[in-house]
Formats: sequence, C-alpha cells, structure tokens
Amino acid sequence: MDAFLHQALAGLATGSIYASLALALVMIYQATHLVNFSQGEFAMFSTYIAWSLMHAGFPYWVAFLTTIAISFVLGAAIQQIIIRRFQDGSVLSVVVVFVGLLTIFNSLAGWLFGYSIKSFPSPFPRELGNTYMSAHELGTIGVMLVVLLLLVVFFRYTPLGLAMRAASQNPTSSRLVGIRVGWMLALGWGLAGAIGSVAGMMIAPVVFLDPNMMSGVLLYAFAAALLGGIDNPLGAVLGGLLVGVLENLLGAYVIGNELKLTVALAIIVGVLVVRPAGLLGAVHVSRV
Amino acid sequence: MSGEEHMPQKTEPAVLAVADAATSAQMSVPHNRVRADLLGVTFGAAAFAGLLCALPFTLSNYQVFQFTLVMVYAIALLGLNILTGYNGQISLGHGAFYAIGAYVAAILMDRYGVPYWLTVPVAGAVCMFVGFLFGFPALRLEGLYLALATFALGVALPQLLKSNFLEAWTGGVQGIVIIKPDAPYGLKLNPDQWLYFFTLFFVLIALILTRNLLRSRIGLAIVAIRDQPIAAKAMGVNTALYKSLAFGISAMFTGVAGALGAIAVQFVAPDSFSVFLSISLLVGIVIGGLASISGAIYGAIFIQFIPNIADKISNAAPWAIYGVFLILFMLVMPSGIAGGVRAMSHRFARRRNTAK
Repeated sequence: MDAFLHQALAGLATGSIYASLALALVMIYQATHLVNFSQGEFAMFSTYIAWSLMHAGFPYWVAFLTTIAISFVLGAAIQQIIIRRFQDGSVLSVVVVFVGLLTIFNSLAGWLFGYSIKSFPSPFPRELGNTYMSAHELGTIGVMLVVLLLLVVFFRYTPLGLAMRAASQNPTSSRLVGIRVGWMLALGWGLAGAIGSVAGMMIAPVVFLDPNMMSGVLLYAFAAALLGGIDNPLGAVLGGLLVGVLENLLGAYVIGNELKLTVALAIIVGVLVVRPAGLLGAVHVSRV
Repeated sequence: MSGEEHMPQKTEPAVLAVADAATSAQMSVPHNRVRADLLGVTFGAAAFAGLLCALPFTLSNYQVFQFTLVMVYAIALLGLNILTGYNGQISLGHGAFYAIGAYVAAILMDRYGVPYWLTVPVAGAVCMFVGFLFGFPALRLEGLYLALATFALGVALPQLLKSNFLEAWTGGVQGIVIIKPDAPYGLKLNPDQWLYFFTLFFVLIALILTRNLLRSRIGLAIVAIRDQPIAAKAMGVNTALYKSLAFGISAMFTGVAGALGAIAVQFVAPDSFSVFLSISLLVGIVIGGLASISGAIYGAIFIQFIPNIADKISNAAPWAIYGVFLILFMLVMPSGIAGGVRAMSHRFARRRNTAK
C-alpha cells in the first residue's frame, strides 16, 4: 500500500509539472485559440537561461525570478514580432510557424549551451521531504498551486485580467471600449512564457537539462489541457494531475515503462471520444 | 535559394495549370487563349516528362536516390493532402501509416519472400484498411482533438513496433534490412535508376488517381464536408462514411509511399518513423500548398532538400535555419508554394491580357 501511495503521489508531482505547462497552453489558447506546439521548447530555453544565470553566480531565487521576467518579455516579443503576422492566416500555417519556432529553439539551445546533459538544482531544502514525497515533489506541487492561485486572482480581480478576458471573448467590442487587443494577446503570450519557464525549472532537476527534455512533457501537457478542457485553467490543472498519476501508475503496475506513453494516450483519446469538450470544458453549440 | 532542387519547378507551372486551375482558366480566358495555353501546357508537360526521364542519367546515384525519395514523399503528401487539405481533417500522425506501409513491405519481402513490386499494392491495401478503421473513432473528434488523437497514433506506433509482442515480425529495435532490387528484363539500369523509374510509375498513378478522385462524386463529397459539413449532410452526403473513406484513401497513399520508401532506403527501423516524420509530412503539405495536387510535389522537394540546404548554411544549428525557412515561407507564401506560383502565373496572365 505504501508503495502504491508513493507512486500515486510521485505521479501527482509530475502531474503538477504537466499542469503548469498545460496552463501555459491554455493561456495562449484563451488569447488566440491556438495551441502553441513550441511551448515546451520555449520552456526548455527559459530553463537554460536560468542555468546560465546560476552559472554566473546568482542565487537560485534571483535567477528564478529573473528567468520568469525574461521569459515573459521573450514570449510577448515572439507574439509581437512573428505570430502577429499570422493571426489572420489559416490554422495550419500557424501550426507550421510553431513547428518552425520549435526547431529554432531546440537547435539554438543545442548550439548555445551544448547537447551534453546538465544537472539542475532543486531549491527546496531536503528536510521538507517525508516518507511519501521528496522535498522537490512537494515543492513542485506547491509552486504549481501558487501559480494557479496567482492566475485566478489575476483574471478574476484585476482590471488587466478582465481586459484580457474581454479581448479574447469579443475583440471588436473590446477595442471599442478602449482595450488594446494586440497588447492583450502579447500579454497572454508573455504569461504563457513565464508559466512555461516555471514548469521548465521545476522539471529540470528530475529529467536533467538537455535540449530535448521537454518533448515528452509537452505531449502530456497537450493531452492534459485537452482532457481537462482547453479553455479552462482549472481543467488544465485537473487534467495535468490526472495524466501524471495515470502515467505513473500505469508504468509501475500495469504495462511497464515501455508502452506507458502509448496506453496513457489511448486512454485520453478514449475519454475524449466520450466527452469531446474535455472534463471541464464548455460545450460549444453551433447554430445552423 | 538556388540549386538543382528548383530545376523541375521551372516547368511545373505548366503541369499544375492542368491539375489545379484548368477549370478557372477556361471560364475567364477567351477561347483562342485557351488553345494557346493548351499548346503551352502540352509542350511544357512533354518537356517536363523528358526532363524527368533524363534526370537519372545525368545525376550521381546518390542524387537519383534523393529524387526517388522526393517522389516517395510526394505520394505520401498527396495522401495527406486528400485528408487534411481536401477533407479538412488534420493529421499529426501520418508517419504511422507510412511506417505501416514500410513494415508491411519489409516483412513480406524479408520473412515471406514476396517479390518487391507485389508488396507495394499490398501495403496500400493494408493501410487503407487500418486508416478506414482509424477514421471511425476520429469521426467524433475535430480540430485540436483530432490532432491529439492522430499525434498519439504517430507516437504510439514506433513504440509498438519496438515492443516484444511483435518482435518476431518486426525485428524489434534492430529493424529489417532489405535487399535492393535489380532492374528486370535485363534493362541496362543500375538499381538506383531502376528504383527511380519504379517510383515514378507509382507517382504517375497516384497523380492520376488523385485528380480523378477529386473530380468524382466521392471527391466532391469530401470537399463539401470540409467546406459546409452541415449543408453536405442535409444534401444527403453520408459524412461518416466519406470522412472514414478519406482517412482510408489517405492512409493508402501514404502506405504505398512507405513501402516504396522502405525499398529505396533498404532498411526499416522504428526510429526512422518517429513523430518527426509525421510533422515533416504536415509541414510538407502546408508549405507545398493545401488542397493542391502540385503542392504535394513542391512540399516533397521542400522536406527532402531544405534540411540539406540548412545544414550547408550552418553546421552548428541547421534546424534553426530550417525553422527560419519555415517561418519565412509562410510569411511570403501563406497559401504555400502552389498558392504562390498560382498567384504569380495569374499576375503574368493579367499583364499579358492588358498588353493585348
């Protein structure tokens, strides 16, 4: 029983990382109705920035906050410089642009920082851990909850959050009441970049830092976001946690590590066939 | 932006004029112009055919092999374009059908001694069956959800191929090595040249099939489902059947491409069919031009040669250059190369008209 509990809780910890990245995907989806396939590579790149800052001698939390700020600016800049030009194009051409960004970040990271695997420190003191969860696992869950809380407060109680929601729901009317819709989109991308960087810095101590560390994580995050409902941040978190636990338990008890990705995906797709809008997603009814 | 990969493109507009724009040209242009254009098209097509036949005798074996792969990708892209371009169903997992086609061919040749030419249609049939079956659950999924489901297929298949249950057939991680076929009937062609013509034969069949399919009742239904799903249903189109059928046909083309690719590369292994292949195929149809037959050829040229060019530009970060290429192409030609070429030929035609 102890082992089972341990596996489930460890799944919760990885799940909270998927949840953070899923939150980043939801941010961009809410703002622009696109799923950013390059989010994972973006988070990986942010983590390398954090690593460089720490390498330059900054303490962990300074590097952590600076990285979040840099990622925010970088995300907003990418939206303003590149994505803005494709906003009116077909979805598939934006997907290709995302693939382009993905390969650019992946290749740049390899070129700038090398392909060798680097270790990345965990900021949480070892004493925090107990018999069931390590300090890092607990810390990861905590950080994810803080991020979620901040987002909820931001969107529900600040004028800027309200303006962002308005801009995504009805851009034309928002523009008429004086909301700078273009900047709101950039803000959404910036937030996604910032949240993604947190996810990257949280998973790096577990999977180690290398240019390809995020490819699997992104897939789970994508699945998590869809499972929970792509237009619902709370759903994304729920989906992330579910996927994390599911993955860990399947890997440990049912089919082994070799096929766990496959089976996890099959189950998620199965759920989606039954509930196409995701667990918490709003069902859209189209008028004829 | 120059090099041998652009050679076939110069004569392409003539060919694509037949494939894509024949109907619109006939409506908008005076009759004598049509005749002149037809003459030009025939001439262009003949020159293009001559060029295609001369190619393997002027290039090195490796370059011939590269062009064979271009044609293999072109067939796969035609298939994906039927599904994504014409039917509007996104697939991020077509590499899976390519892999199934490749493995069917390899297993038949290696384990059962089936002649290589027979494996190609068998691979197509198997993939059509699998694709048709996969089309059923996919019916409930649209847009992003379908993207995830197909992506899952693309991720899952290489892992399945590696797994222990199938190792007796697939050879596990090691894969299967195939022997390159020689030219039959004592033709004086080396194996690379023979495979080039062998693949060319299938490309032609695929092109003709696609063109006829799209003009047929089935093709109209497929396009109607993309543009007006509800209206199509109201008109009595069996959307479920045709969507699954589009999946099946699309998978068949891609499977044939996979079989041809396996014979050309002489090797199949799970890791050659990673998700990256699926993404490359999607990139290929979008860059080449969605819902356009010639786009499949442009896209195939892109995914075969642009990585090499990127590698030549920067050894250190070739994929960064590749990414820049992708973004630039989308910026300059939002509707793909075929769209760009079409817009350019329209502009020339207008200038010619006003000059008269």
